[in-house]
Amino acid sequence: MSQRVKKKKPSLSRVLIYSFLTLASLLSLFPFYWMFVMATRPSAAYNSIPPTITPGGMLVENFKKVLEQINFFQSMWNTVIVCATVTIVVLLISSLAGFAFAKFKFPAKNALFVAILLTMVIPPQLGLIPQYYLISKAGLLDTLSGVMVLFFLNPLGIFLMRQYISESVPDELIEAAKLDGCSNFKIYRSIVLPIVLPAFATLGIIVFTAVWGEFLWQFTVLRDPEVYTIQVALASLNNTFKVDFGMLLSGVFWATVPLVIIFLFFNKLFISSITDGAVK
Amino acid sequence: MPSTKVNLNKEKNVPNKRYFSEEKKDMISGYMYIAPFFIIFALVGLYPTIYSIFLAFQDWNGLSPMEFVGLENFRVVLMDDLFWKSVYNTIVIGLMGTAPQLVIGIILAFLLNLGFLKFKQFFRVTIFMPYITSMVAVALIFSVLFSNHESSMANYVLGLFGFDPVDWATSEWGTKIAISIMVFWRWVGYNTIIYLAGIQSISNDLYEAATIDGANKFQQLLYITMPLLKPFILLTVFFSTVGALQLFAEPTVFLGSSAFTRDEAMTVVMYLYRDAFRLQSFGTASATAVILLFIIIIAAAVNLLLTNRLGRKKRSAK
Repeated sequence: MSQRVKKKKPSLSRVLIYSFLTLASLLSLFPFYWMFVMATRPSAAYNSIPPTITPGGMLVENFKKVLEQINFFQSMWNTVIVCATVTIVVLLISSLAGFAFAKFKFPAKNALFVAILLTMVIPPQLGLIPQYYLISKAGLLDTLSGVMVLFFLNPLGIFLMRQYISESVPDELIEAAKLDGCSNFKIYRSIVLPIVLPAFATLGIIVFTAVWGEFLWQFTVLRDPEVYTIQVALASLNNTFKVDFGMLLSGVFWATVPLVIIFLFFNKLFISSITDGAVK
Repeated sequence: MPSTKVNLNKEKNVPNKRYFSEEKKDMISGYMYIAPFFIIFALVGLYPTIYSIFLAFQDWNGLSPMEFVGLENFRVVLMDDLFWKSVYNTIVIGLMGTAPQLVIGIILAFLLNLGFLKFKQFFRVTIFMPYITSMVAVALIFSVLFSNHESSMANYVLGLFGFDPVDWATSEWGTKIAISIMVFWRWVGYNTIIYLAGIQSISNDLYEAATIDGANKFQQLLYITMPLLKPFILLTVFFSTVGALQLFAEPTVFLGSSAFTRDEAMTVVMYLYRDAFRLQSFGTASATAVILLFIIIIAAAVNLLLTNRLGRKKRSAK
């Protein structure tokens, strides 16, 4: 039945569907391509009508101009350090707390869990000024630690980990380990951690990309170009009155390429991390 | 003698004692394992939040001693035309940037789920890809695509359709439209993926039954997909609303050096940032933060109300 229906279907609607999806794909990809084109062209190419849409030969020259403006590699490295540290710390905090909420009984457990979820409602800008002063009083302005400490808070991580651990770590396994005399921390380390590794991949991607792209806090804490993360460094490229577009987009291009490569390799993981994070 | 006594005791109490101590151990572990979050939260979350509310009632430039001024800061902010302009800008950009996403996102998700579709993974990956670029990167790319130059890509395309060039970086609607388009571009794939997950959770039997009853694809989208997708739609509406009210990076980076001196695209968070870190007026900035909290709470409450109503409808339908 359904096969007959399929065969009868007019091909026009299929053509329309494919055209619509192809157009959507092209529009999604075009800014990436355009960024590459501009990164390879002199700024003057910008004045031509119709606009240039083929790559030129200034890929290296433009990037050299970027290096004159910002400390590109240092900034990338700073971002990697911040993202990696925050991701590891968040994974540990979330899995420990998730384990506690999923498997232990203690007074006020549910109230505390709800409290953690409620902290998600506080907009990050509300505490911005005192946070800035706290960081500056602690001598952490213009340091990467000052950036990181705020990102260690990740209620969503605890929520996801609790879900995952209560679903996938069997109570019997924990009971058995306890009878064998395992301490709770040993259970966490040798039973819970191996089981939650797949969930670590999901949560890790969520945290890493969120911290990579965050701007307001990094922009507030980091004023010294020496410690700029890549986002702040890139934003500073656009802060002069007359901007060299080729140079500007060269910086954006080289800062985006690593992420695009990682994404293309792990695209399924990236995409499922969104649904795991949002739908659960 | 004492040793046997201990032994006896132990034997007698083993189950009882062990049970009790296990329970206590679990309790201690439980609190210890959740402690890191609460300690960090108390320090960099709760304390600054409360302090912000306190600051909202003080006059303070960061250096001189604070002075209690009651509701003066709120009065100053609420009487400031620029504040209301920023609220207006935030709402307009928020609506233009997010509302079309929901419609296009649902259509894309529905199409991506069609059984006969080939290159599914390719379409999915490309449509999702904008999401992995950072907001700063998006804003910079779009600042070039949508520049004031007559030869900018956006103005060239407008020209093809016979329109005059637009001052994307300096005009009232040009800035708003350019920023809305970049918000749309970055997030539509993200929402599509969420809708797709929602659509995939809908049983295929329903579609098959509808096909047998002669419903076409559009009717199926309207009468099966849409109603069952409602929880997912509300979720994305909630995320989009809260996110849109906090818009900062895109306009700030897009406008570059004129970000805090022009008002065409100044959002509430930019207004707050400008008060605090450009004008050193921490009291009014904190008052703005508190007002923003109220705006977000109201928006969230409206969302929650919708969710509740939906839940009730479902239950009564059963």
